[in-house]
Amino acid sequence: MYTISNKLKTFSIALIILGLLGVGYGFMTSHKSFEEVETMLAEEAPHGGGHGVATEAHVVAGDSDHSEVSHEANSHDATANAGQHVDEHAKHVEHVQHQMANRPWSALYVAAFFFFMIALGVLAFYAIQFASQSGWSPVLFRVMEGITAYVLPGGLIVLAIAIASGTIGHYNIFVWMDPEVVAHDKLLQGKASYLNIWWFAFRGLIFIAGWSLYRHFSRKFSIANDTASDNSYFKKTFRISAAFLVFFIYTESIMSWDWIMSVDPHWFSTLFGWYVFAGMAVSGITVIAFITLYLKSRGHLEIVNDSHIHDLAKFMFGFSIFWAYLWFSQFMLIWYANIPEEVTYFVTRIQDYNGLFFGMVVLNFVFPFLVLMNSDYKRIPWFVSMAGIIILVGHYVDVYVMIMPATVGDRWSIGIPEISSVMLFAGLFIFIVFSALSKAPLLVKRNPFLKESEHFHY
Amino acid sequence: METSKVIHAIYTDDDVLMSAVKRVKAERYHIEEIYTPFPVHGLDKAMGLAPTRLAITAFLYGCVGLCVAVAMMNFIMIEDWPQNIGGKPSFSYIENMPAFVPIMFELTVFFAAHLMVITFYLRSRMWPFKKAENPDLRTTDDHFLMEIAVHGNETELENLLKETGAVEIKLIEKEEAH
Repeated sequence: MYTISNKLKTFSIALIILGLLGVGYGFMTSHKSFEEVETMLAEEAPHGGGHGVATEAHVVAGDSDHSEVSHEANSHDATANAGQHVDEHAKHVEHVQHQMANRPWSALYVAAFFFFMIALGVLAFYAIQFASQSGWSPVLFRVMEGITAYVLPGGLIVLAIAIASGTIGHYNIFVWMDPEVVAHDKLLQGKASYLNIWWFAFRGLIFIAGWSLYRHFSRKFSIANDTASDNSYFKKTFRISAAFLVFFIYTESIMSWDWIMSVDPHWFSTLFGWYVFAGMAVSGITVIAFITLYLKSRGHLEIVNDSHIHDLAKFMFGFSIFWAYLWFSQFMLIWYANIPEEVTYFVTRIQDYNGLFFGMVVLNFVFPFLVLMNSDYKRIPWFVSMAGIIILVGHYVDVYVMIMPATVGDRWSIGIPEISSVMLFAGLFIFIVFSALSKAPLLVKRNPFLKESEHFHY
Repeated sequence: METSKVIHAIYTDDDVLMSAVKRVKAERYHIEEIYTPFPVHGLDKAMGLAPTRLAITAFLYGCVGLCVAVAMMNFIMIEDWPQNIGGKPSFSYIENMPAFVPIMFELTVFFAAHLMVITFYLRSRMWPFKKAENPDLRTTDDHFLMEIAVHGNETELENLLKETGAVEIKLIEKEEAH
């Protein structure tokens, strides 16, 4: 039996408390008044003074979503133009004010989703191990079960933040939740039968319920199998895993439209669900490797040998390439055709998030590709850990670049709200996962493939 | 013409062969060659063969392929005749790179795969009209053959091989062809 060490417990609770303080600070400081934003913009403007503000407002408001006025139509009318300057200026300030208010919400949402997707990715991986009857992984089942304990709380938190941003907050993540925006937007009206807050909440609850039910029963059967006299629990898990995988691939796809793609409700992409899944799978497998290495280094998983680590590292390598393949397929098809309604997604990302957008491709593809190619290196724990850190940072940035451009636009930065949100959910994740790990022996008993897995050698 | 003597020990089971190899290695005899009808897992380790470097050559060939693809398309599409084809930006390689990636990928794989296979053929001396070097036809079907050089110690070696479960032991006078 593994027991969570006091050090780890204190560490996770400290992370949660520090994170909460930082998140609170983020929310307190993000609500700037109109005047504060106005002076801030004036200081940022190239010439300074009123003229600078007006010029910048004019330019930015011209391509912002919120301005419906075409300034060219009135450009020959001097008085109207002057009046419009004031109007656009106000609109611009409001726009920036809203973006700044969105930042702590989005930071929280990105971090919450990132840790949730790790758990969900592991759940899918776990089901695949059962459905494919793989012989190498049974010694890792308890580690995977520990990680998937985060699916239920993590999923509820993500959904709660999404809905709270539209009910408690001022539509800080999903613009389609704002009835005023929808009233002026033909496209959103057309999607309103799908994108409305109650149907969104209902769908989310169905997904979370389905995933958690599978998690609940597979865990229950796994523990019951330890003391069973025949393989009926194993067969049951096999059946529910196959059914879950079908359910998962549908719901994961829809979840990615709902929870991520709908932050840009004017944009759509067909392979988005698989793209999100690839990121999910690779970060999930990386965390399995991390926790396995941690527990092994503490002497809790002696049966795990370097061939198991090698296999996990191969999965990290393979899924990193799969992620890059989907990332590039999505990017290249849209770049090549250059259809305005689709390409804006990448235009904003390349203009405002250039370093992050391309940097994450380096982190998520180039580094793992070169670092994890050598077969010998995939067996070295510290080497796998270093590659894993790169992959996890890269996939956090991936989620960040999916959410932030739609909510805070060019007002992004990685500061206290972002880092403390990550700390908050990292603490929560560590606490829940390691508590779950300490609730059952770290090695399953009498799984039909257990002997094979114990002697697994590549 | 110089002649040398070798012993051919024939086995009919790969497990017996594996333990025989370990035994013969432990007695410090030099195994010249082993002929098997199929890959025997772990045989190379038991014989103490050096690991292959074929994967390293494949990586280097892949790098060559990538360079060829980049140099080719940079010259053709950007430097030699930068036409406007459907509005694609042919001002610099990086601006039009997404369109080149499929070819960069394929050429990398093409070079890595084909050159590695050719390297394999060269290193293992395989080509279409090559004379087969098979000491006993049965080794392609269901027999395993171990070839050990002898230097005046035939009897001890024969006894050892008998102990390891060889079904047939033959002393062969081998003509050095070269």
